[in-house]
Amino acid sequence: MASKAVYSHRDPMLKKRDDFEDILEERRNSSDLRYALKCYTPVVYKGISPCKADALTNMVLQSSHLHYVISQVSKETGRAVDDVQDEASAILEEMAQRLQLSTIRFFAFTLSKVFKTLFRSICVNEEGIQRLQQAIQEHPVVLLPSHRSYMDFLLMSYLLYTYDLALPVIAAGMDFMGMKFVGEMLRMSGAFFIRRSFGGDKLYWAVFSEYVKTMLKNGYAPVEFFLEGTRSRTSKSLTPKLGLLNIVMDPFFKGEVFDMSLVPVSISYERILEESLYAREMLGVPKPKESTSGLFKARKVLSQNYGSIHVYFGQPVSLRSLAEGRVNRSQFSLVPRHIPKRPSEEIQNFVNDSAYMLVRAQEENMVLKPWVLLASLLLQNHHQSQAPGQKPGMALDELTERVVWLRDLSRQYGAFLHWPDHRAPSDVVSSSLSLHPGLVKISEGRVQLALELAGGDVGPKESRSADTTPEEELLSRAVIVLSCASYRNQALHVFLRPALLALAIHAAASTKKQEVFYSFSFLRNMFSNEFILVPGATVQDFEEACYLLVKTGALQITQQEVLVTERGHRTIVFLTSMLDPFLQGYQVVCRFLCEEATEELTEKQFIPSIRRFIIKHLLAGRLRYTEVLSSDLQKNALAALLRLGAVQKLKGVDQGTLKVNTVMVNSLEDTLGGKLPTQKVVVARL
Amino acid sequence: MGSTQALQEIMKWNGWGYSDSRFFFNKKGQAEFTGKRYKLSGLIIPALKDWFESTFGASLQHKTPPILNSSAVHPPTLNETFVEELKSTGIPFSHDAEDRVFRAHGHCLHEIFALREGKFGRVPDMVIWPNCHNDVVKVVELASKHNVCLIPYGGGTSVSSALECPPEETRSIVSLDTSQMNHILWIDEKNLTAHVEAGIVGQDLERLLNESGYCTGHEPDSMEFSSLGGWVATRASGMKKNIYGNIEDLVVHIKMVTPRGVIEKSCQGPRMSTGPDIHHFIMGSEGTLGVVTEVTMKIRPMPEYQKYGSVVFPNFEQGVACLREVARQRCAPASIRLMDNEQFKFGHALKPQVSSIFTSFLDGLKKFYITKFKGFDPNRLCVATLLFEGDRERVLQHEKQVYDIAAKFGGLAAGEDNGQRGYMLTFVIAYLRDLGMDYYVIGESFETSVPWDRVLDICQNVKERIVRECKDKGVQFPPLSTCRVTQTYDAGACVYFYFAFNYRGLSDPVHVYEQVEHAAREEILANGGSLSHHHGVGKLRKEWMRETVSSVGLGMLKSVKDFVDPNNIFGNRNLL
Repeated sequence: MASKAVYSHRDPMLKKRDDFEDILEERRNSSDLRYALKCYTPVVYKGISPCKADALTNMVLQSSHLHYVISQVSKETGRAVDDVQDEASAILEEMAQRLQLSTIRFFAFTLSKVFKTLFRSICVNEEGIQRLQQAIQEHPVVLLPSHRSYMDFLLMSYLLYTYDLALPVIAAGMDFMGMKFVGEMLRMSGAFFIRRSFGGDKLYWAVFSEYVKTMLKNGYAPVEFFLEGTRSRTSKSLTPKLGLLNIVMDPFFKGEVFDMSLVPVSISYERILEESLYAREMLGVPKPKESTSGLFKARKVLSQNYGSIHVYFGQPVSLRSLAEGRVNRSQFSLVPRHIPKRPSEEIQNFVNDSAYMLVRAQEENMVLKPWVLLASLLLQNHHQSQAPGQKPGMALDELTERVVWLRDLSRQYGAFLHWPDHRAPSDVVSSSLSLHPGLVKISEGRVQLALELAGGDVGPKESRSADTTPEEELLSRAVIVLSCASYRNQALHVFLRPALLALAIHAAASTKKQEVFYSFSFLRNMFSNEFILVPGATVQDFEEACYLLVKTGALQITQQEVLVTERGHRTIVFLTSMLDPFLQGYQVVCRFLCEEATEELTEKQFIPSIRRFIIKHLLAGRLRYTEVLSSDLQKNALAALLRLGAVQKLKGVDQGTLKVNTVMVNSLEDTLGGKLPTQKVVVARL
Repeated sequence: MGSTQALQEIMKWNGWGYSDSRFFFNKKGQAEFTGKRYKLSGLIIPALKDWFESTFGASLQHKTPPILNSSAVHPPTLNETFVEELKSTGIPFSHDAEDRVFRAHGHCLHEIFALREGKFGRVPDMVIWPNCHNDVVKVVELASKHNVCLIPYGGGTSVSSALECPPEETRSIVSLDTSQMNHILWIDEKNLTAHVEAGIVGQDLERLLNESGYCTGHEPDSMEFSSLGGWVATRASGMKKNIYGNIEDLVVHIKMVTPRGVIEKSCQGPRMSTGPDIHHFIMGSEGTLGVVTEVTMKIRPMPEYQKYGSVVFPNFEQGVACLREVARQRCAPASIRLMDNEQFKFGHALKPQVSSIFTSFLDGLKKFYITKFKGFDPNRLCVATLLFEGDRERVLQHEKQVYDIAAKFGGLAAGEDNGQRGYMLTFVIAYLRDLGMDYYVIGESFETSVPWDRVLDICQNVKERIVRECKDKGVQFPPLSTCRVTQTYDAGACVYFYFAFNYRGLSDPVHVYEQVEHAAREEILANGGSLSHHHGVGKLRKEWMRETVSSVGLGMLKSVKDFVDPNNIFGNRNLL
C-alpha cells in the first residue's frame, strides 16, 4: 500500500480552521431595537435580475418546464389544462415564501432577546462570513447547514441579517404549516414549504423544482436547505437526502448558470433544546405534533442555560470544480432542457458523492465541547460498571485524567475541540458537568449518569409511585442514556474510522493485514446507513484509520500484519467500546428478525415489535445496552439489511411485508459477533 | 508564372492580408491604417489607442516586433523520380524556401506567432501549380505512383491547423497550389449556374461574375483570399447565406480528383434521390480525400439595391430575443449580426477621425439620446448590424418589418453608418491582430452553432470560462472576451467568440492561449454547441471528432478515406 508521504496532506492535525467571534456580546451591549432597525444593504449576486416574490411565482408558472408537465398531466389524466394549471398555482401558493424584511427585523429583535436568555454565546467564524459574502457576489449560493434543532434556520437568517448578507430562502417541511401563525411568520422570513412525501406526483415535483431553480438562477436569494432532510435526533449526521441537491445542481449541468457555490455550515449546540424530546421520540413516546401552543409550552426551556452555539461557515465549494472530469454536461444537449428527465447514473453517482462529501465537510467543522468527551467516557463507564459489585460512576479525578487523555487523542484525530486550555482540567470538567444537571450527578466525589433508580443509591429524588412498572423504569433510564449518547455521537465522526479498524482487528480471524481489511470493509459496509461513510471510499478510510492509529502509536503495521502495541491497548479498548452498542444493536436486530419475524411482519410493525423484543431482553439482563432501544438504530439496521438483500420488502398484495432471508441474516449476525470470518460473507455478497 | 502567383508578392508572409495594409501607431500615438484598399485605409483612428490600452492593459512602450528570418527553413526532402516525371509534364513547381514557407500555414494564432518568431516546423518540400483539372489528374497519378504526400492549398486562410504539415510525415510533402485554376469556364444563364475552376478566390469570382451582371452571393469573411475549393472542402458559410445559402446549398456539381480517380455526378439535376449525396463526402473532407478542381455553382442576378442598418438594444438578452423572433418569422435580412457590449465598444473605438464638427456633434447627440433619454446603460447595450439586399421596394418593406420586430424588443434604429462599420470590422479585424501582436497582445476568434434556447447561456458561460481560465493560467491582465451572433437559422444560431489578452509576464503565451481556447471549446461542447459551424475541424479540433459524430460515424468516414485514398496520399491528417 501507499507510503506515508501520501497521507501527509490529510493529516487532521494540520486542518486549518478559523477563529470565532461571539455575536451576542454586541447584543448585550447595545440596543436590540436599533439593531433590528439597522440599515440593511446586503451585497447581491452580480447576475441578479431583481424581482418581487409575485413576479417569481409568475416566472415559475410561465416556465416551459411547467407548461410541459401541465400538458403532460392533462393528457394522462384527461383533466382540462386550466384545471391542472390551477392546481399548479395552488401548489405554488401553498409552497411559496414571502420574504419580508419587516418580519426579519421582528425576528432580529425577538430572537436577540431569546438568544441572550438561552445562550451564553453564539460564536461565528467571521472569515467564513467574508468568504460567503464573496461567493454570493460571484455565483448563486446554496447554503447547507447541519440540522439538529428547529432553531437552525431562524438562527441562520438571524446571522445573515447580522452580517448584512443576503437573506436566504429556506426549504422547510410542511409540518410547520400546522402552526398557523408561526407558519406564516416563517414564510415571511423566507421559508418555503414542501410536502414530506410526494413520490409520484409529477406536477408537485415540477412546481417545486422549478420554483427552487428559478430563485437560484435569478440570484433572487441564496437557497438554503438541509442535506440531512430532517433534524438528526441523535446528533449523528444523517445520510444525505438527494432530492433537493439534484434540483439545485440541475441548472449548472444544463449550463443555465456558470457555477454555483455550495456552502456547508456546521451548527453545533452545546446543549440542544430538544434534547430529551428527541430521546422520548426514539423510545416511542410519539412526537408532539408541532403546534403553536406546544411551542409556548416550550417556554420553560427559557429558564435554563443552554451554553453556547458555534456556527462555522465552511469553505464554499464550487460545483464546477467538483463536477470537473466527472460529469459530461453535453449529455443534456439532445433533449430540450425543460423536459424533465431521470438523471443518468453518472449524475446520480456524482450527486450522491457530493452529498456525502458535503456532509463530511459539515461534520469536520462541528465544534466539540469537553462535555462531549465526558459523555463518551461516562457512558462507557456506565456500561462497564453494570457488573454486580462494581461501584457506580467514576471518581472525579479519574474522570479528569481520562478526559485529558481523550482530549489529546481526539486532537490528534483532528477533532475541532473547543477546550479552554488556559483553565485547569478539573475546572473544565466540573463546569461542563454543571451544564447538564439532568444527565449527570456527582455524589461523594463520584460522577455518574443521573439514572434515578440505577445502582440503588437513589438520591433525594422523591420516591416513585409504587405502581411504576419495570418497563417504565427502564424507559425513563433510557431517556437519560439516549440523551447522553446524543452528545457522545457528536464526536463519533472523529473516531469512526479508527474505531471501525479497532473493531475489525478484534473481529478478524488473524492479524493478517488482508483479513483485517476484509473485516473492516465488512463492518464499514454494514454500518453505512448508520454513519457517514462515503460510498466507495473503503480503501481511503482504511488507510486513514491505519495512519491515525499508527501515528498515535496504537498500532504497528508491517508489510503483512497489523499489531496492537502495548500502549495502544487503551486506545483500542476505548474505540471498540464506542462502537460496541451499535455492534450489539445490529446483532439484536438480526436475532429479532430470525426469531420473531413471522410471515406477516410489516415494515410498520417492525419498530413496535422489535422494541418489545428488546425491552424483554434488557429486563432479562440478556442485553447490556439500553441504547439499543433507539428506533434510529433499529431503522438503520433494517435499512442495512434491506440494502444487503438479507431482508426484502414485498410488493403487490403484501405491500410492506418484510421477507427475511434467515440464513443470510443469521450469518450476518454471526459475523458481527465475530463467530464467522468476514471474508466469506464479503465474497458471498459480491 | 501565372498572374495570381503574384498574390504571394503582395501579401504578408507572416501576418494577415496585403503587405500594404496594416495598422500602426504613428508618432503622435494615434492609430492609422495604411494602404488604399479599404474604407479605413489612410485614415486616423483616434480612439483605438485608448481602447487598446484600457482593454488590454497594453502599452505602446512595450513592443514585440517580428523577427525577420526566413533562412531557418529546412532543405526540402525531394522524391527524385517524382520530380523527374513531373518535369516531363511541364506543370510548374518550385522548391524555393519562401514559396514553401508561405504554404506551410494557415492563420491560427500559433502559426502566425511562430512565423513572427522566425520559427518554422515541417514545411512542404515543394510547391506545384497545376493549371487545370487534367494537370491535377496527372499530379495525383504521379503522387500515387511515387508515394508522395499531397496537401491541397487554396487561399491559405485556414484557422484549424489544416495546412500544417504533419511532423511525423516522412515522405516528401508537396503543396498542391490551386491558385492557377481560377477561371470561370462557362456561365449558363438559362439555369443560372456557373462552372468555375476551384482555385478561384472569392473576390475574383464575384468581380468576374459581376461583369456579366451576376453574383454567387457567397461572402465568407475571408472572401478576399479564400478559394472556392477551400469553401467546398471546409463546408464554408457566407455572411449573406440567408438569401443565397451556405456552400452546400450553392453547389450543383463538384469534380474532385482522388487517388482512385475522378469523382463526379453524371448530371446537374437540382436535387437527386440516389442514395446518400456523394457531395457530402466531399464537402468538409478538408483535403483528406482529393483535390476539388471544378464546381458548378448557382448564380443570381446582382441585387438592385443594398442597404445597411443597425439597431441598438438595451442589453444582449433583448437582442438575442429579437434575432430569435426574426428567425421565427423567417424574415432575416441578407445578414443580421448581434454584437455584445464589448464588441460594440470595440466597434466604436474603430471610428475614423471625423472631419466635420457637425458629424461629431450629431454623434454626441445620438449618444445622448440613447443613454440619457432612452435610459440605455452604456455598459450593457448592444448593437445588431443589418444588411438588406434585393429590389428597392422590397428592401424598404423588409427593413420596416425588421425594425418593427426590433422595436418590440426595445431596439432603436441606429443608422446605416454603424451597420456598415460593423461589416467593415470583419475585414480589418485580422489586421488588428497583427497590430496587437506588435504590443504583447494575442488573440483569435472561434465559432460554434447552437440551438436557440442555448444561445444566451453559451455566450455567457464561454465568455466567463475564458476569463476564469486566463486568471488560472496566470494571465496578468483581464482578457478581452466577447461574442456575437452572426447567423440565424430556423433552429439555432451561429455564435462567434473573440478572445485576446496581454501576455506580458508569461513565458509561453501561445501555450496559455491554446489551453484557454481548449477550455473554451470544452465549455462550448458542454453547453450544447457544435464543434464548428464553418471553420472546420482540421487538426486543431480533431480530438473531439469521435464524441461529435459517434464512433460509428467516425468509422464511416474512415472507411470512405480507406477506399478513396488507401495509401494516404492526401496525408494532411485533418479531421480523422
